[in-house]
Amino acid sequence: MPFDPTIAAIRFGMGLSPTIAPPASVDDMLTRLAGSDEIGAAIPIPTFSTARPSPEDFGIATRARNAARGTDAEAAAEDVRDALRADAREAAAKHIKANIARAVYTHDGFRERLALFWADHFTVRSTAAIRRHLVLPYVEEAIRPHVAGRFADMLVAVVGSPMMIFYLDQNRSMGPNSQSALRRDGGLNENLAREVMELHTLGVDGAYTQDDVRQFAELLTGVTANAERGGYFQENQAEPGSETVLGVTYGGDEASLDHVNAALHDIAMHPDTARHLAQKLAVHFIGPDPENALVAAMATRYLATDGALFAMYDVLLAHEAAWSPVAKKVKQPFEFIVSSMRALGIPRAEILAASEQQLRRWVLRPLGVMGQTWQNPVGPDGWPEDDENWITPQGMAGRITWSMQAPQEMLETLPDPRDFVYQALGPNPPEPVIFAASAAETVEDGIGIVLASAAFQRR
Amino acid sequence: MDRRRFLMSGAALGCSAAASPFITPVAMAAAPWDTRLVVIILRGAMDGLDVIQPYGDGALAGLRPTLLTGEAGGATDLDGFYALNAHFAQLRPLWEAGEFGAVHAVSTPYRNRRSHFDGQDILEAGLSGTTRGRLRDGWLNRMLQVVPGLEPEVAFAIGREQMLVLSGDAPASRWSPDARLSISPNARALLNVVHHDDPLFRDASADAIEIAEQISLQATLAEETDAMMAENPMMENVQRNGEHVKIAEFAASRLRADTRIASFSINGWDTHSRQGNALRRSAERLSDTILTLRAGLGPVWDKTAVLCMTEFGRTARENGSKGTDHGTGGAMLYAGGALRGGQIIGDWPGLRDGDLYDGRDLLPTRDVRAHAAWVMRGLIGLDRSVLEQAIFPGLDLGSNPGLVL
Repeated sequence: MPFDPTIAAIRFGMGLSPTIAPPASVDDMLTRLAGSDEIGAAIPIPTFSTARPSPEDFGIATRARNAARGTDAEAAAEDVRDALRADAREAAAKHIKANIARAVYTHDGFRERLALFWADHFTVRSTAAIRRHLVLPYVEEAIRPHVAGRFADMLVAVVGSPMMIFYLDQNRSMGPNSQSALRRDGGLNENLAREVMELHTLGVDGAYTQDDVRQFAELLTGVTANAERGGYFQENQAEPGSETVLGVTYGGDEASLDHVNAALHDIAMHPDTARHLAQKLAVHFIGPDPENALVAAMATRYLATDGALFAMYDVLLAHEAAWSPVAKKVKQPFEFIVSSMRALGIPRAEILAASEQQLRRWVLRPLGVMGQTWQNPVGPDGWPEDDENWITPQGMAGRITWSMQAPQEMLETLPDPRDFVYQALGPNPPEPVIFAASAAETVEDGIGIVLASAAFQRR
Repeated sequence: MDRRRFLMSGAALGCSAAASPFITPVAMAAAPWDTRLVVIILRGAMDGLDVIQPYGDGALAGLRPTLLTGEAGGATDLDGFYALNAHFAQLRPLWEAGEFGAVHAVSTPYRNRRSHFDGQDILEAGLSGTTRGRLRDGWLNRMLQVVPGLEPEVAFAIGREQMLVLSGDAPASRWSPDARLSISPNARALLNVVHHDDPLFRDASADAIEIAEQISLQATLAEETDAMMAENPMMENVQRNGEHVKIAEFAASRLRADTRIASFSINGWDTHSRQGNALRRSAERLSDTILTLRAGLGPVWDKTAVLCMTEFGRTARENGSKGTDHGTGGAMLYAGGALRGGQIIGDWPGLRDGDLYDGRDLLPTRDVRAHAAWVMRGLIGLDRSVLEQAIFPGLDLGSNPGLVL
């Protein structure tokens, strides 16, 4: 099947836009992805290290409050903490709006989709209310710079990130024979080690054993984080001696982050990891049962290119299944909302200036109704991939209601539904959608029916 | 499904398959039991010591000099030892009627870190450890998993929040009062046109419209309920327009039909400062919710158990800002015609210095999962081994606390 600009925009990007041309070719898509992150620079989101208020800001304010307990200064110290909480809420809203505006105005939609994909692959949830605004900065720092680079670099950045360290309890893990564990009560926590192997790299069917998990957990000891220093290596928490993971022995001399990173590189380049990542990408972008030959070809290229994700995408986009006219996947709720806003051409300035109330009304509450509470999946395995999980009665009620109501609230003048059907679906929309758009009683219903149609919801 | 989960649910089915009378090869529209279970998660950590005040314990007043307790604070005596917080006065008649009670000095197995996130995860997962990576289903979902062939409408998670307690491999329905769907007949017909060739979308949309219509048809029932409520003196003070009331009305409407299990959250229990006021709003929401369920369920209320569970209790001492901080032991409130109300269940550990957990918190004397398990055993007839292995792995069920009538 040949390349198709409409499919490129919808299946591999953020959808069609009335002002931004869809990709012209696979080369065009890959050239943009290989180039600089233009929309990221134009609509910035701070990195974890630069985002404010930082965990340290809050730590300082909390210590000051604790020191003032029972004195006249307590109320003022509490006010400082309240102000930081308010700043964090405001920052969270700002980051979400920037994330939406990027999706709505990018010329490089594949990059946005990859950032969503890898952020979900390396899901973190904030484990404290005061860190909720730092999930997107985590993505900005650990994920986004690597979406077209080497997987191992992303893995190393994620495992060293305080957000992942806190989320999967790595800060609580100490080598059973480390100085720290011997001095105070502490021990090994396998959580991060297990999830790196099961979810992030080898996959649940990968060739690792419980002993590998334990050895890897011991190797990871020393990797920790706190509010002041962020992620760092604490030598006296590290298990002394060497560890053997998947048959390779690491360390034995002084404990060091180098040994951890060496293991992460090796695990990233394991054939099971290549296969797991290839399968997950193919399922996400193309459909539930990708051809074995495609997955194998992607995995082979990955292993032959020192783990280059770009090389895997190249194979994926070159395969004819990528351009099949049958759309086998459904947009997840966030993709649905932002692709609708893109099709409607909601002005960038209005997205960025939306009030917290508008953001809740147009995005956050509807996402909850559609089953994708913002940045709050149940577990570290992220959001489900199956269409059946999303297209439920409640999910559809959310999608239909949003389609019928949100556009008229966000735009003063809605487009003519008879034009919008082409604006949203490209030059060849299905006949029933063309008919329905023209047969609606009101403009609002016409727009709503186009957005709620399976043709728009699928990709 | 991941491998460990497969093994786990396989084991659960293994032990229930031999013992459960429920095994049936066909999907059932309704569940093979007739009682109703409502689990309300009180997010934020409800202060059990303030809601059900052990004012007969001489140490309480000293620990809480400004948080007025007992009759001095407007609370009403329940049994000579415990008193009911004034903000829960609406539930007092239910206590008299034997339809409202509490279990005191209980907690989940969660200890020491006192994080809301971890605490709620542990409560809803029903597990004993805090390893977040393992939390992929909730105990109500595992309960559904041991009864194969149930239709999704048997269990409803209601509201905007993700309810881990009902998440998992067994199908369950979700609905939120936000998910109102009111579209014109013309738009509905056109949706049929655009979804005609796509069964996934066609069926889900049809179901969505059907549920929405049932809800609007139930406007008649809601009018009846209104009339009942108007005549019901207990409903006088219920603010009918709150979202919590809409959730309770929706739950009642589903539970009157094929739904057997419903779960939702009531938030706002994190009373670090000025607790005397801070508790009022959440207390009234919870009271309104219980009274709305009672009125909306009509005769079904007699077959209903409502469990109100929170992630942990709060410190025994009040803090410097007239509130309380995160603690350990607390209370589970319960209501419903299927339960034996009018009693406070539990072994009281005392509040003197040496009695407190970690020198600061009410000492939990029993795992609150045991009470939930005994309610499921009494209501649904689940086997002890299923409860101790599949639903609450590692729980020792212990003796029957006498919750179920």
